[in-house]
Amino acid sequence: MTAAALPSPLRIGLSRGALELKVFLRERAAVIFTLGMPAILLLIFGTIFKGEVGRTGVDFRQYIAAGIIASGIMSTTFVSLGITIAQERDDGTLKRLYGTPMPRAAYFIGKTIAALVLSLLETVVLFVLGSLLFGLKPPSTPERWLTFAWVFVAGVTVCTLLGIAISSVPRSGRSAAAVLNVPYLVLQFISGVYYTFSDLPSGVQQVGALFPLKWISQGLRSALLPDTLLAAEPAHSWEHGRTGLVLAAWGVAGLVLCLTTFRWKRRRDA
Amino acid sequence: MSTVRWTRESPDHRSRTGRIAATLGGMNDTAVRVRDLRKRYGDVDAVNGVDLDIHRGEVFALLGPNGAGKSTTIEILEGHRRRTGGEVSVLGTDPGRPTRKWRGRLGIVPQTSNEQPELSVREIVAHFAGYYPRPRNVDEVIEAVGLTDKAGARLAHLSGGQRRRVDVALGIIGDPELLFLDEPTTGFDPDARRRFWRLIEGLAHGGTTILLTTHYLDEAEALADRVGVIAGGRVVEVGSPLELGGRATATARVGWLGPEGRQVLETDSPTQVVAELSQKFDGEVPELTVTRPTLEDVYLTMIGETR
Repeated sequence: MTAAALPSPLRIGLSRGALELKVFLRERAAVIFTLGMPAILLLIFGTIFKGEVGRTGVDFRQYIAAGIIASGIMSTTFVSLGITIAQERDDGTLKRLYGTPMPRAAYFIGKTIAALVLSLLETVVLFVLGSLLFGLKPPSTPERWLTFAWVFVAGVTVCTLLGIAISSVPRSGRSAAAVLNVPYLVLQFISGVYYTFSDLPSGVQQVGALFPLKWISQGLRSALLPDTLLAAEPAHSWEHGRTGLVLAAWGVAGLVLCLTTFRWKRRRDA
Repeated sequence: MSTVRWTRESPDHRSRTGRIAATLGGMNDTAVRVRDLRKRYGDVDAVNGVDLDIHRGEVFALLGPNGAGKSTTIEILEGHRRRTGGEVSVLGTDPGRPTRKWRGRLGIVPQTSNEQPELSVREIVAHFAGYYPRPRNVDEVIEAVGLTDKAGARLAHLSGGQRRRVDVALGIIGDPELLFLDEPTTGFDPDARRRFWRLIEGLAHGGTTILLTTHYLDEAEALADRVGVIAGGRVVEVGSPLELGGRATATARVGWLGPEGRQVLETDSPTQVVAELSQKFDGEVPELTVTRPTLEDVYLTMIGETR
C-alpha cells in the first residue's frame, strides 16, 4: 500500500472554521442570543442614558457603544466558545473528532477562525447601530485604525484562548451557560462597559483592571472617541503600552491553560 | 444498493474471502492482538487479563453484559483509554500511542450519534473526508449506507436509523482497514435492523475487518464469523456463533403432538428419533419441532457461570 500524505492541519483547520460558521449561522437561537444580545443592550442603555461624559464633550452613549463592542467581542468568543466546547465535550463530539486523524491543532484553528469572523460581524452590527443612533464615528486617523485593529485582534485572541480554557470548568454541557455567564456579567459591570470606568469606586476599578475586558474597552475608546475623553480616563492617558502588556499576559496564561487542561473526553471517560 | 446474502450454512465463507484479500495485499494476518490486557479503576479490575485475536477480513462480535469490561476493552483498542497492563497491537500499532497515520486506517462508529443537526448528510460526510489521506468517494459512501435520497437533508430531519447510517458513513469515509461498531442497532425497529445488517454484510464482503459489540444475540449470529464472550473482565469463550458453548453438539429437543398431548424428548440423535416417529405416524409427524439451544441460551449460561 502506498502511503498517501495526511492533509495539513491548516487546511483541515480552515475547513473546520467554515463548518463552524455554517453551523452557527444556521442555529437561529445562537445567532439571536450571541449576536443580538449586545445589540439589544446597546439599544436599551443608549435609550436610558443621556448627556456627556463629565465635561469632555463626548456623548455618554458613544462611550457605552465602545464598551459594548468590547463586551460583544467577549460574548462571541469567551462565552459562546466556552459553552459550545463544553457541550461538544459532553455530547461526545470531541471524542469522535479525537478518534479521527484530524490534527488537534485544526480544531483550535477552526474555533479561532469562527470566533474572529463572528466578532467582526458583531462589531460591524454594533458599530452601525451606534453610528446610526448615537453618532459613533469610525476611527478618524490611520493611527486610530491601527489601534482599533490591534486591540480587536488581541481582544479576540485573548478571549478565545480563555474561552477554550474555561470550557473545561463546567461539569456538564447544561451547566456551561450558567458557569460562563457569571464572569462575563461581573466583568461587564466592573470594566466600564455600562458606566464611566472612572466613576466606579476605586476598589472596583482596581479589580476590574486585573482583567482583560477593561483594557479592551479602554483600547477601543482610544480608537473611536476623541482625546478630550482623556480627562475622564483614570490615568488621563490611553495607556496603550499597559493595555498591550495586560492582554499579552492573559494571552500567555490562556494558552498555557489550554495546552495543559484541555480534555477531549468527559470527566467520567478519563 | 447491491447486497449479498450469506447463508448461515457457510459462516466461514466471508472471512476466507477477506483473509485472501488481506494476504494478497501482503499484510499481516492479524488485525488485533491482545494479551493479558488489564485496566484498573481505583481498586476495581474492570478488565482482568483479556486475550483476543482478530483476523484480517473477519467480522468479530464481542458480547458481554454491561460492566463486564467490554466497552473498556474496545476503548483501549480505539486509543481512547489507557491500559494498566498487558500487550495490545491494533493494525501493528500500540493504541496507547496513537498517531494520525494509524487513526487514518481505523473507522470508529461510536455508541451515540452526536453530529451537528444543522448540517446536511453530504456536508458532514464531505467534511470528514477531508481528515483522511485517501478517503472514499463521498457520494459512493452515501449510496453505500443507503442515504442517496437524503444526501441534501439536514441531520435534524433524519430518523434514528438514518442518523446511525450517517455514523457508519463517517466511520467508513476514510476507507478503514478496521471498523469498530459499538452497539450499532440499539433502538432500531426490526425492519431497520435487517436493512442495517445488509449494509454491514456488504462492508464485510468488501474485506473490511469489523469489530462489533452488541447486546442482540441474533445480530451477532447473523453478522459475525466469530463471537467472543466477555464476562467478569475476561474473555470466557471464543467460537463461531454456531459452535459457541458446544451448541452444535448439544442435546437436541424433539417435540411432537402425540395421542396423549405434547411430547418432548431430549436426545443426542435427533435424526434417528424423527425417522422412528415418521414410521410410527406413517408420514407427517404432528407439530414436529427439533431445537438446539439458541445462542442466547448458551450465552446466558456462560455469563451466569461467571457470576
